[in-house]
Amino acid sequence: MEAPLFTYTLRLADNALVLGHRLSEWCGHGPMLEEDLALANMALDCIGQARNFYTYAGEMEGKGRSEDDLAYLRDCADFTNILLVERPRGDFAFTILRQFLYSAFMHPFFEQLSASKDERLAAIAAKAEKEMAYHLRHSAEWVIRLGDGTEGSAARLSEALADLWPFTGEMFEVDAAERALIEAGVAVDPASIRPLWLETVDRVFADALITRPKDVWMQSGGRRGEHSEHLGHLLADLQFMQRAYPGSVW
Amino acid sequence: MTEKNMPLWEVFIRSRTGLSHRHAGSLHAPDAEMALQNARDVYTRRGEGLSIWVVPSSAITASDPADKDTLFEPTASKVYRHPTFYEVPEEVGHM
Repeated sequence: MEAPLFTYTLRLADNALVLGHRLSEWCGHGPMLEEDLALANMALDCIGQARNFYTYAGEMEGKGRSEDDLAYLRDCADFTNILLVERPRGDFAFTILRQFLYSAFMHPFFEQLSASKDERLAAIAAKAEKEMAYHLRHSAEWVIRLGDGTEGSAARLSEALADLWPFTGEMFEVDAAERALIEAGVAVDPASIRPLWLETVDRVFADALITRPKDVWMQSGGRRGEHSEHLGHLLADLQFMQRAYPGSVW
Repeated sequence: MTEKNMPLWEVFIRSRTGLSHRHAGSLHAPDAEMALQNARDVYTRRGEGLSIWVVPSSAITASDPADKDTLFEPTASKVYRHPTFYEVPEEVGHM
């Protein structure tokens, strides 16, 4: 049971770390000071979640790997995040729409995970749930304002939707090991999140005057370590210090 | 970012139950809901807040600095309004 739970926890950590890094790329580049801080706050929430999951994964593995070892000393193929979170940050509409699609899934996901039979996962999820509730609220408000805003903002939002939608399918994938964890009451069945996610998406999209694409072929692979070239560049930035100066601390 | 689409809002934060809201600063936001969210992100990052008010800056009527003498000078000669003419009995302790 330990190896599947390690993989499960690592996936949660990798999603949070990679998305947190993408959000952090806005620091100092936000469209306005208020949003610069909002994006940095959300980045810090995600990185905090990643730290909790990595620490737990490392302890569970029992090989003495710390949160830093797992974040900074693994290569692309070892990362198990979904492809959605590694897409380059794009423009503000792209970043906000991705945050909306992700947090509309992760908020109910963490809500359910906080009832997990695994106490550590449940405790981390209970904290993360409040954070994702805010990410969802903030990103949804912006999706509505961009979609129902100016011609320019609506066009950018539509373009972001066409780019991002094929990456949403991976959130609902389940492999055999994860199926066993779901049946044991440890993991969350993403199929149970789907109706909630669709309801949120449709409600917000209706106000944003955009429609959900139908019958789109879905991208897949990140969860198995098959990544786009973008993750390599992201890790080069993220891991540079530990690679160049192993063991450095400050 | 035009002033019309992103008007200015004044932010008031209450730090503890029982205290009053205090002016924390201002920010730009498209509407009241986003102003509240921005206020949360800009002014409560270090656990400062329990409650937030946002008010459109344009809704505030301010006194004219040129009226300073008319408005405030007359009180300068009324020192008896300050509670400094009482002897506080020792048993009262700190007030």
